[in-house]
Amino acid sequence: MSTSQTQNLTLVQAVRDGLHTGMQRDDDVIVLGEDVGKNGGVFRATEGLYDEFGGDRVIDTPLAESGIVGTAIGMAAYGLKPVPEIQFSGFMYPAFDQIVSHAARLRTRSRGRFTCPLVVRAPYGGGIRAPEHHSESKEAFYAHEAGLKVVIPSTPADTKGLLISAIRDPDPVIFLEPKLIYRAFRGDVPEGEHTVPIGEAQVRREGEDVSVFVYGAMTPRTLEAAENLAEEGVDVEVVDLRTVSPLDREAIVDSFTKTGRACVVHEAPRSGGLAGEITATIQEEALLYQEAPVVRVTGYDVPYPLYALEDYYLPSVARIEDGIREAVEYP
Amino acid sequence: MSVLQRDPRDQVRVLDEDGSVVGDVPDVDDETLVSMYREMKLARHFDTRAVSLQRQGRMGTYPPLSGQEGAQVASAHALDEEDWLFPSYREHAALHTRGFPLDRILLYWMGTERGNEAPPDVNTFPVAVPIATQTLHAVGASWASKHKGERKAFITYFGDGGSSEGDTHEAMNFAGVFDTPTVFFCNNNQWAISVPRERQTAAETIAQRADAYGFQGIQVDGMDPLAVYDVTRAAVEKAKADTPDELRPTLIEAVQYRFGAHTTADDPTVYRDSDEVEQWKRKDPIPRLETFLRETGRLDDDDVERIEREVQQEVADAIETAESTPRPDPEELFDHTFAERTPDIEAQHEAFAAMRERLGDEAFRNE
Repeated sequence: MSTSQTQNLTLVQAVRDGLHTGMQRDDDVIVLGEDVGKNGGVFRATEGLYDEFGGDRVIDTPLAESGIVGTAIGMAAYGLKPVPEIQFSGFMYPAFDQIVSHAARLRTRSRGRFTCPLVVRAPYGGGIRAPEHHSESKEAFYAHEAGLKVVIPSTPADTKGLLISAIRDPDPVIFLEPKLIYRAFRGDVPEGEHTVPIGEAQVRREGEDVSVFVYGAMTPRTLEAAENLAEEGVDVEVVDLRTVSPLDREAIVDSFTKTGRACVVHEAPRSGGLAGEITATIQEEALLYQEAPVVRVTGYDVPYPLYALEDYYLPSVARIEDGIREAVEYP
Repeated sequence: MSVLQRDPRDQVRVLDEDGSVVGDVPDVDDETLVSMYREMKLARHFDTRAVSLQRQGRMGTYPPLSGQEGAQVASAHALDEEDWLFPSYREHAALHTRGFPLDRILLYWMGTERGNEAPPDVNTFPVAVPIATQTLHAVGASWASKHKGERKAFITYFGDGGSSEGDTHEAMNFAGVFDTPTVFFCNNNQWAISVPRERQTAAETIAQRADAYGFQGIQVDGMDPLAVYDVTRAAVEKAKADTPDELRPTLIEAVQYRFGAHTTADDPTVYRDSDEVEQWKRKDPIPRLETFLRETGRLDDDDVERIEREVQQEVADAIETAESTPRPDPEELFDHTFAERTPDIEAQHEAFAAMRERLGDEAFRNE
């Protein structure tokens, strides 16, 4: 659903465009967080919104993550559509109790009388030489929590479309923005109204030999790896999940039944990560199509390192290629 | 001068421990005063019966409120119809005063989610079991209400233990910064399970902390219903007024005591002196208000007897209603997680229904 006009935007500009469109359409949409007002956000994701919509709708709050999300829950239950920003996903833990104990459960525990239509936005992930606690990729925490939807876009157009869908969603959405690719490239983004459905994966590259399941900041690296492998004669299908909860299991199974081989790529730690869930889905629903073990290319089960070593931690294009080859060359 | 403009170390009192008037009686009509007394009697009887139900295995863990009836009933009475209440898990009397049915309160503690469902005309949020998290929801909702141009007050309850939580500080800080119509009502009942009030803060009073957030704090005798009504009413009116010179929020510290255990899973004899309990029982809010009402000709023996009979009947009826309410339909497990079921939830629901069909309900019993 989109208009014919497009703008060429970076991913972070698409966040801003999505917020702007959401706020223009609905007066109940409120942006709040640290430095989101006059400063326009530390990554400029809310730039200009304060000037256009004023301090009652673009609110600089005290520095208090639980306060930001907890008050947003009260606002949401009382009929507003708050979009709290947490400056870095590594700072979401003070708000974790509010997210899992209340936002996720409010509809269930009140039997639908109260709902919590908020969108918690946060830049996530590594690779930008940031200080400690600024590079975490903890989407599995939120994907494990019933009552939350977890969205991680990888293109500017999807970012805008998914963000608008998240704002309109009647339930709480955790919207994690891949800051590694905030400004890495531009893409065409439809102007004005543009939505992308939550819960639907997108095949970014079609291929016959192996399926790679990926999301967020690892998607461009995976596409690059796929192109490199094409030169070696390996035909890689790349499926961008876009939403990690609920997972588009149908898309996973469809792609796998075609190729019979899979590699999952994420920068989050391996154990308990989404790759395990994706692998289980393949085991349960497409076992007889399986020609090789599912290969996981992920971060390690260690705290995210200071930046001198982060290149060794994050999946690189070469590591992704290596993982894909492993799946293709088996047995 | 508003009663709120007192030194937060100076406790507001209207009745002394014998029920004699020692302060300014708030302007409340006779009917309301008697109804407050009736609600308090009802709460005490409800509490006794609820603990007994738990002991008999007819109800799960339950948090008793005896001793706190004055603070709960009087503060809830001080609200107007349109105002909102954000309770902790011990506010049974405040909820009932606002019209929340007793049988639903029982249902909640009997493990049925429907007990959390407030009737549509009762402006209350579901009870919060994590400590003091609801203070932020109250600030957010009151902020949203102000944003919409309404004039409503939002009261939120928490304990002396809850006053130590980061969320309480964040809530009060946000309320001060954004000037929200929030009334913070701290039920200082002296003990956070086994940890005394002195281990919650080195401040002389909890009320004086409001000073740090830039709004008024007031300490009140929480077992004096008339004093509680007075300060809460003033805070509610301030929340809704145009107050260019002072911020709308107020912190009320209601000093009181829980006579019983923290919950039915707790044994307070391990950490409390029986002398201490006896001392506080002399401040019991029910005889205090009763004496006042009798001495001012608002209540006589017949009334007291009639009220006693009525509340016993009302509680008995509520227990019967709750116990005769069928257990929830297992299918309800899959409702209300999202506005629409996700494919995963739908698939799990279908598998559950098929398994139930195949194995029968007996297969799910773990007793």
